[in-house]
Amino acid sequence: MSTLSVQADALKPAAGSAAVKGLWPYVAAIGIALLVQMALKPVLGAYDAILMLNVGIAVILAVSLNIVNGFTGQFSIGHAGFLAVGGYVAGAITYYGSMLTWGNADARGGVLSGMPLSTEGLAFFTGAELMFFGAVIVGGLVAAGVGFLVGLPSLRLKGDYLAIVTLGFGEIVRVMIQNTQPVIKTAQAVREAPWYKLPVAVGQSLGFGDIPKYNSLFWVYLMVCVTLVVAFRLKTSTFGRAFLSIRENEVAAEAMGVNTTRYKVWAFVIAAFFAGVAGGLYSHTLGVSLSPVDAGFQRSFDVIIMVVLGGLGSVSGATLAAVIVTLLPEYLRGFIVPVGGLLVVCGAVMLAGSGGKLGYLKKSGRPLPRRTAGVAVVGGVLMFTGLVGPHVLPKSLGAEVNLGDFRMIIYALLLILMMIFRPQGLFGVHEVWERATWGWLTRRFKKGGAA
Amino acid sequence: MDQLLQTLKDGLSLGSLYALIALGYTMVYGILKFINFAHSDVVVLGAWLSLVIATQLERLVVGAAGGAAPWWLGLVVLVAAMAACGAIGFTIERLAYKPLRGAPRLNVLITAIGVSLFLQNLGQLPQMFGTSPRAFPRLIEDSSLVSIGNVNINVLDVVGVGTAVCLMFLLDWLIFHTKFGRAMRAVSYDTRTASLMGIPVNRVISLTFVMGAMLAAAGGFIWALKYANIKQTADTSWTLLGLKAFVAAVVGGIGNIRGAMLGGLAIGLLENFGSAYLSSSMTDVYVFALLILVLLVRPGGILGVAAVEKV
Repeated sequence: MSTLSVQADALKPAAGSAAVKGLWPYVAAIGIALLVQMALKPVLGAYDAILMLNVGIAVILAVSLNIVNGFTGQFSIGHAGFLAVGGYVAGAITYYGSMLTWGNADARGGVLSGMPLSTEGLAFFTGAELMFFGAVIVGGLVAAGVGFLVGLPSLRLKGDYLAIVTLGFGEIVRVMIQNTQPVIKTAQAVREAPWYKLPVAVGQSLGFGDIPKYNSLFWVYLMVCVTLVVAFRLKTSTFGRAFLSIRENEVAAEAMGVNTTRYKVWAFVIAAFFAGVAGGLYSHTLGVSLSPVDAGFQRSFDVIIMVVLGGLGSVSGATLAAVIVTLLPEYLRGFIVPVGGLLVVCGAVMLAGSGGKLGYLKKSGRPLPRRTAGVAVVGGVLMFTGLVGPHVLPKSLGAEVNLGDFRMIIYALLLILMMIFRPQGLFGVHEVWERATWGWLTRRFKKGGAA
Repeated sequence: MDQLLQTLKDGLSLGSLYALIALGYTMVYGILKFINFAHSDVVVLGAWLSLVIATQLERLVVGAAGGAAPWWLGLVVLVAAMAACGAIGFTIERLAYKPLRGAPRLNVLITAIGVSLFLQNLGQLPQMFGTSPRAFPRLIEDSSLVSIGNVNINVLDVVGVGTAVCLMFLLDWLIFHTKFGRAMRAVSYDTRTASLMGIPVNRVISLTFVMGAMLAAAGGFIWALKYANIKQTADTSWTLLGLKAFVAAVVGGIGNIRGAMLGGLAIGLLENFGSAYLSSSMTDVYVFALLILVLLVRPGGILGVAAVEKV
């Protein structure tokens, strides 16, 4: 045994403390999820609770896509395909599992599952919930397997080609789901059907809406925490550093002995697993009817927008962007004017600061900084649509202007402007607390606390 | 025998359409090395603009009296739609892609996706084209020209394929026999050296986009003539059309003009033969399976040369 390996062994923590260090975040995750379900949900009310559920699912999707697109620098645009695979697999397991076990597909959740406002008289935890959670995990594993099958050949391709193949993959999933059989509705028919008929009876293009609705804030936030822990640990581990090295320079990484194909496939598989889990949770959500559209590129683009806005490679950035992008359309009407105004003010302040006393106005002054101009223009447009739009546009164009129609247009413009003025996203590859503003903020906070 | 002939006819007819659209992808890729995701949306705009122009013109020319539209109306609509889309292509390149010249390819790709989303959702606004499908006016009376066995070759088939073939010959002549074409090939071969040789690179790129958009508009027009029912701009069938055209470009060898034409025909035939003889519901799966196969076995495409990565 060489001295190096002896030293390395001496540095290893004892088995017990290693287990504690490795596991405490997951235990904390259960605690946080319990807290959200038991303490926060009654405060929020039914509508906001569903909204928060959607936010959580969006966070899982964005953070998992960030592992491929952000950490590893590969551009996958078929993330929704994995979501659909996980959703359909998990849904089929709970639906037909419930049919075979209890004769119908009603949700048998306890306090932790479902979204009942009153939890009186319910068991804390039921066996049916275990089936639900198992189905979600199996859905994730199947999605990961599919990710492996897709990733192995296509990850030998680079950049745009990979993008096209992943897009094609999502489409293939969509077409295949459209070619499935109708859902079997009665317990009698389910018992009589041969086993191999059940996985393909998931409702064609009509959707699969009969899945029992177990999903709740507890399960979603449990998985959100797990996804975040895994993503952060990946980013700082040796294993994850290999991902980052591929993003920075694939040729150099290969020269340093990183098996690039192997790590790319791993990134793909991990991301597919969490996307499948998100799909499993989503398919069991109240009011959701899983349909082939969920595998389509519109949904993939939604996730890409979150990752690109937050910063490719920033876990906290992607999380923040997922929250904002999900909540924005809900509150667009109320937020659009203040946010626009804030941006205009920011632009004006940056302009004023750019060349001493409004230096850009003088001929000798510096030219108008592009970023400042961008901020001001975006703010102006937002303010215009929010303030003037509803009053002026309907008269001139003869139709009601619905801000919801503009949602995707605003996202698209945001994407283009982002790439031109700030291609690294809001936070770049850094986490929120690694940016200069964070220190400034926390110092203010500490000073305020001391005074 | 009839089925074989019918499938062949449909395959060639659809293939020429794919080829026309694939040319736009391949030209932009040849010069700027990125997938212009917004290309399929220019096709959609071409179809919708032809619809709007055709409806207005028909009202103007035929009027309340009714009767068939004169034969030149289709040509006018085609030229007008091509001109309008050419202008749109120019604007897109100037506003969205030009500021990113020299940026990493991923950024340009994301911008292209942004432009695509923008056009799709802009077209869906009630103030633009709305979200319900509309019927294309009958510009050309569709009657049978020749029949071989039980297979009819209609006027619309001939017009569609004829327009596509004429435009492709025009483009081929433009690229291989004119000064501008030589400049374009030079920029595609090596942008830096081309600019050192005094070729106005930016102008060439702009013109390439204009040409691609014009071909896309022609594709949209032919599609509109053929299917007569135009769906909303964000409909998935449009994106699929664009994707298949892109697959055609890759199969033929991306960056290669004649390869795109060949690839388009290959995809059109594959799709029709697959749905006629195997299963009609899996058409899209064949196309993407072919793409993955080509990328694995011969990444450069049929007529392309494999790129060697230099460090």
